[in-house]
Amino acid sequence: MMKKYYDAVVIGAGCAGLAAAVALKKNGIEDVLLLEKDEETGGILNQCIHNGFGLSAFGEQMSGPAFAQRFYEQAVSQGVIFRTGVMVTKISPDKTIVCSSMQDGVVTLQAGVIILAVGCYERNSGAIAIPGDRPAGVYTAGQAQKYLNMDGMMVGNRVFILGSGDIGLIMARRMRLEGAEVLGVAEVMPYSNGLPRNIQQCLIDYDIPLYLSHTVTGIHGKTRLTGIDLSQVDENRNPIPGATKRIECDTLLLSVGLIPENHLGDACGIPMDPAIHGPRVDESYMTEIPGIFACGNGLHVHDLADYAAHQGTMAGNGAAAYLKNGENLSHKISVVAGNQVGYVVPSYVHTENVMKTAELYFRVKQPMEHVEIVIRSGEKVIRRMKKDHVIPSEMEMVIIAGKMLEGLQDDLIVEVHA
Amino acid sequence: MKKETKQLICVNCPKGCRITVTMEGEKAVEVTGYSCENGKNYAMQESVCPMRILTTTVKITQSTLRVLPVMSEKEIPLHVWKQAMEEVRKITVQAPVSIGQVIKEDLCGTGVRLIASRSMKKV
Amino acid sequence: MFDIVIIGAGIIGTMLARQLSFYHLKTAVVERNSDVADGTTMANSAIVHTGYDPQDGTLKAQLNVQGARMYPSLLQQLHCHHKTTGAFIVACGKKEEEHLSLLMQRADQRGIPYRVLTGQQAIKEEPHLSDQVTKVIDFYTTQVIYPWEVALRCMENAVNNGTKLYLNTEVTRIEKRETGYRVHSHDRFFDTEMVINCAGVNAPLIHDMVDAHRDYEITPRKGEYYVLDHDCTPVSHIVFPVPGPAGKGVLAVPTVYGNTLIGPNALECDGDDVSTTPQGLQAVRKAITKTLKDMPMGHNIRTFAGIRATSNRHDFIIEEVKGAPGFIDAAGIESPGLASAPAIADRIVHQFVEPRLHPSANPQAETTVQPPVIMSELSIEKQNEMIRKNPLYGKIVCRCENVSEQEIIDCIHRPVPATTIRAVKKRVRPGMGRCQGGFCQPSVLRILARELGIAETEVCLNEPGSTVLVRENRL
Repeated sequence: MMKKYYDAVVIGAGCAGLAAAVALKKNGIEDVLLLEKDEETGGILNQCIHNGFGLSAFGEQMSGPAFAQRFYEQAVSQGVIFRTGVMVTKISPDKTIVCSSMQDGVVTLQAGVIILAVGCYERNSGAIAIPGDRPAGVYTAGQAQKYLNMDGMMVGNRVFILGSGDIGLIMARRMRLEGAEVLGVAEVMPYSNGLPRNIQQCLIDYDIPLYLSHTVTGIHGKTRLTGIDLSQVDENRNPIPGATKRIECDTLLLSVGLIPENHLGDACGIPMDPAIHGPRVDESYMTEIPGIFACGNGLHVHDLADYAAHQGTMAGNGAAAYLKNGENLSHKISVVAGNQVGYVVPSYVHTENVMKTAELYFRVKQPMEHVEIVIRSGEKVIRRMKKDHVIPSEMEMVIIAGKMLEGLQDDLIVEVHA
Repeated sequence: MKKETKQLICVNCPKGCRITVTMEGEKAVEVTGYSCENGKNYAMQESVCPMRILTTTVKITQSTLRVLPVMSEKEIPLHVWKQAMEEVRKITVQAPVSIGQVIKEDLCGTGVRLIASRSMKKV
Repeated sequence: MFDIVIIGAGIIGTMLARQLSFYHLKTAVVERNSDVADGTTMANSAIVHTGYDPQDGTLKAQLNVQGARMYPSLLQQLHCHHKTTGAFIVACGKKEEEHLSLLMQRADQRGIPYRVLTGQQAIKEEPHLSDQVTKVIDFYTTQVIYPWEVALRCMENAVNNGTKLYLNTEVTRIEKRETGYRVHSHDRFFDTEMVINCAGVNAPLIHDMVDAHRDYEITPRKGEYYVLDHDCTPVSHIVFPVPGPAGKGVLAVPTVYGNTLIGPNALECDGDDVSTTPQGLQAVRKAITKTLKDMPMGHNIRTFAGIRATSNRHDFIIEEVKGAPGFIDAAGIESPGLASAPAIADRIVHQFVEPRLHPSANPQAETTVQPPVIMSELSIEKQNEMIRKNPLYGKIVCRCENVSEQEIIDCIHRPVPATTIRAVKKRVRPGMGRCQGGFCQPSVLRILARELGIAETEVCLNEPGSTVLVRENRL
């Protein structure tokens, strides 16, 4: 049976949630409950069987499940209380939580703090509205990954992939290894959306063509997919007339973006930042509803699980500080995406009583070389750093000493100059 | 001898360094653009025989899932992937399995072991 | 030997089947698709129009008004979801206002209630209304329903009363016999006194099997739609432009479950072509701006197309085929076909079935069906009571729409069982939400395979052949 009250309830046991729970315990918080909808912890990492996880968190080459397992073991040894197979259906600003499970039925809990580590979902064929038929054979890359890596089932034999997001690239290789023909990957932008190393080890290694400035403009098949129309696009991403060819395939995987899953937060009235589809948070990862925190891919989409986990740790630290010291009522300034910057997390920072360091995560709007990243408040430059190249698919992180924020009055602007 | 340059993207870590290797015949004579020793080694190796970690699954019985994620403990030559997958397809293991457990001693004659990349309980 | 074979299990076929099941009659419903309500009934605007639109003297006018009045009790009897949203007919400028006057005249004559709003009043109630709007009529009794739910409950009701339903059964040939007909499909035949042709856009094909002198044409017209997520509610009323020659125009419909439909356009097409087109979707996006501004089209979670059976008579065709006694066409059922459906079924029963077969009422027949358990609509106490009885009601499989595993299992074992992923989606909604089944489809697929006793590789998305998985990867 679950208790009626917990000091901290973490929703979602992916790496961010696990790391947050561990951090809460390490900060001496007594009752930390971790709720997970699946039967086991780990979240989406359990289907990410490729390596490349853990390099920054543990200095090791790990698979996704191994990476999740490491955090799980830490959480167990710290005495985190786990409940799996529990779906949270509602949270409220007063930090009550309604959840449903087979064991306990529908239960209402009260939490001192809530940390949302709810992950993200994939943009799908519905959202991108590709014209044509609606046959079987069209999947999000993650859905195909779940079928293949957890259920042991193949979704198709002749595969085309739309979108060069990392899951799509990983699945191109994965399907090829399992004997499927992978006919190509189309990316509507003139540059790839995936990490460069995935272009190498997932596409180039297996001679899978990457069609930049191309998109899928038609889906054919009454029952199962029989083919797609692949079209070249102009600089405005509009299909070029006459530059379309039919590709016969039985499978189309979509890797066209991830969106933080925030129906709980939306229904609770947590203010969102439309640029990230996640909550507006401060430097401690607290949302604008005091005592509710957010981290990981449920806050904004990371390109590495290591970073999502790290952010979980930071949110755990922030939530522990809130439980011990109460809300930071000091002055707040907005953090603003400036020149060439698509978004910045957090949305605002406090100027007093802040933690030792504050982290700014951001993405650039387009690939650039030899740039200078400038962080300033009004005319006062807080940090300035050079980088050889920046691309939208690689998130940038800048750490600022908490002290640097003291006394600031003007918005904090993050900008990138060529 | 004629010099040739190759542009590589390091796959060792997510940083994805763009490395340039200058080749003299089959030999790498100069490497630039790397940011760690691993990267340099990668580039030297990549220019003669690309090596990769293989990640896949094997069949597992008596567990909650039907397949167990596995990986080669070290890099194996990229070009053996088809034979390696043939071998992997023939393997069936029984739960319980613990992470790091050796699933196959010598993958495809490379001398590299195939290991479980997560633990799986018996049901 | 059947008394009646109904061809087509859309809203007309299923409502008719239910009505006939109240009599001592042997009825078969023969449906080409893998589920009921898989054609026009599945993809339309889901509105029970009150009947102000059809021209005087048409069957449409008569049956729409009559059908709309039958709906409230029908929806109650069958425990179907509905929402009385009202319908704003929106005029921009004097010329369109004149058309509103015509609609008001018709409404007055037909006893349909409405209220009139100025542009400013209307914008207060619907903030997304275009600033060009000058006058609005609200037909405030207009309802939105879940059309396939209604069809499904009707069919379940009929099946419980003894009607036979044959899915995946395409009619290939009809033989005239000494008395009645022999209806053939690829693997069986049905001998029957009467045939009712409710085959939607394919009604002419069926008609031509018994008569070479068909005097009407059906031109399928495709309508494309966007579906917006229920995390935004841009409209609370249905919003129509003033109707034009091509139909009711592009509308915004707040659905029963909080989604918003935007559409349809009207494009002539081939019989079964429900593909969406770049031009069509573009046209819908453009047309909606006539009545509504700043629509949150970014919240789109799906696009789809449906077909309407538009006839060259521009009216419903409900008549006995000449030279084919007992063979009844119910053809050309385009909008307001959904609203008229109960009245159409009634008319067929009274005008054609009763005089020919003189059936006696079956006092044992049920007029209602046990509704399915919908956990998200129960109080927490009631939910816990259900979970105590069956813990799988507590296991939520679809987090977008809050659907438990047991609700999915239930719909696979109802009188008209769900046998495909889409059939489950139509009944209990996993896959209807923003993730479009990205998370829940693998679970739904497994549950279907387990409950139906088939291999996972045999589970179909919808029609036969639409398998989701091609093989087990590690045998």
